Amino acid sequence: MEYKTVLTTCGYCGCGCGLYLEVLDGQLVGAQPCKTDSVSQGGLCIKGWNVHEFVQNSERLTKPLIKKDGQFKEATWDEALDTVASRLKKIKEENGPDRIAFLTSAKCTNEENYLLQKLARAVVGTNNVDHCARL
Amino acid sequence: MKAMQARVRKLLEENKIDGFIGLKMEHGHPAPFMFSRENLGEMETLVVGDVRYPLNKALLKVSGQYPDLTFGVMVRGCDERGITELLKWNQLHRDRVIPVGVACSSELAQLCECYKPYPSDWVVGEKTEGIAKSKRLQKIEGMNQKERLSYWLNQFNKCIKCYGCRDVCPMCFCEVCSLEDRNFILTGKLPPENPTFHLSRAVHMVGRCIDCGLCEEACPSNIPVRTLYKKINEIVKEYFDYRTGESSEGKSPLNLLGEVTLELSDVNK
Repeated sequence: MEYKTVLTTCGYCGCGCGLYLEVLDGQLVGAQPCKTDSVSQGGLCIKGWNVHEFVQNSERLTKPLIKKDGQFKEATWDEALDTVASRLKKIKEENGPDRIAFLTSAKCTNEENYLLQKLARAVVGTNNVDHCARL
Repeated sequence: MKAMQARVRKLLEENKIDGFIGLKMEHGHPAPFMFSRENLGEMETLVVGDVRYPLNKALLKVSGQYPDLTFGVMVRGCDERGITELLKWNQLHRDRVIPVGVACSSELAQLCECYKPYPSDWVVGEKTEGIAKSKRLQKIEGMNQKERLSYWLNQFNKCIKCYGCRDVCPMCFCEVCSLEDRNFILTGKLPPENPTFHLSRAVHMVGRCIDCGLCEEACPSNIPVRTLYKKINEIVKEYFDYRTGESSEGKSPLNLLGEVTLELSDVNK
């Protein structure tokens, strides 16, 4: 029997609110704001309060899916990455790099976002980079 | 702090309790944690300070999973009122909870404007006098009806509908919440129906609110919901002669059946 809380940072947006994930016997049972966090000072938005819900959700995707004959089929990461890379390459060759856009995420770190825009600009050759927070 | 650690250790070692819900200092922050016989070595990290978490809510989660075990929990005056009500509402079993008390500092008592900032028994802190009448409430009561209405409508307009006030509330244990009724509170609309959303919650605080103030501390929009519920408690005391959490006797007002006639004296003030 174990009940503990794990201090972490909300991954939903760039604010970075401090929160505790409540763990009961290895299962997430709740989230609550860290009251002594210097950024969020004990507050959260509705997403932060429910951040624990997606982790153990049975509908969460855990494997890549590739659409074949109109249906999503489970695939390996190698297969998925090969598909994406070859299709992007084809689009770039046939229509030019500006027919491709990159959408990054607040759930990534600064470093990961940096890498994605680098991939967009240096490898693909487009400035079409945007962010989920604009949605 | 040492006194609390010693008491909890003794309760665990003597098998009086199977776990103790308290606060553990970790990464420089006090965090909710359950001390047990398996982690007795961590007892030195148990802390008591002015930072408060809904420990009774954690207790409900753990005891719900282990109804046959007995748990200790750190309680202040407000938390003890909470335990009293939770027992009445059959959310906890009397023989399965052992509260260990903390008397609040005078600073915290002042900040909370708490009428009883100490539980019936405590191992940490010293008893400080309670505050009989909230100054914050007096200030709002000093407004006329029109000013008061516009004050609250403006406050409620700031709501970002995070549901933090409800989610943090140690007395909100309903499985179905009227604040999530889609016919009543529309989804995808901000601020939520004003004043329906906040007044509905206020009405549901009758006989529930133990004036811990965690709701207001959790509000990212700084809406003075605690002051609103302080008024609710005052009305409940005045009209039902009921002080939430004060006694294990007496029925909670929302559980009263039959005819009750109430005269509201000051509606036009």
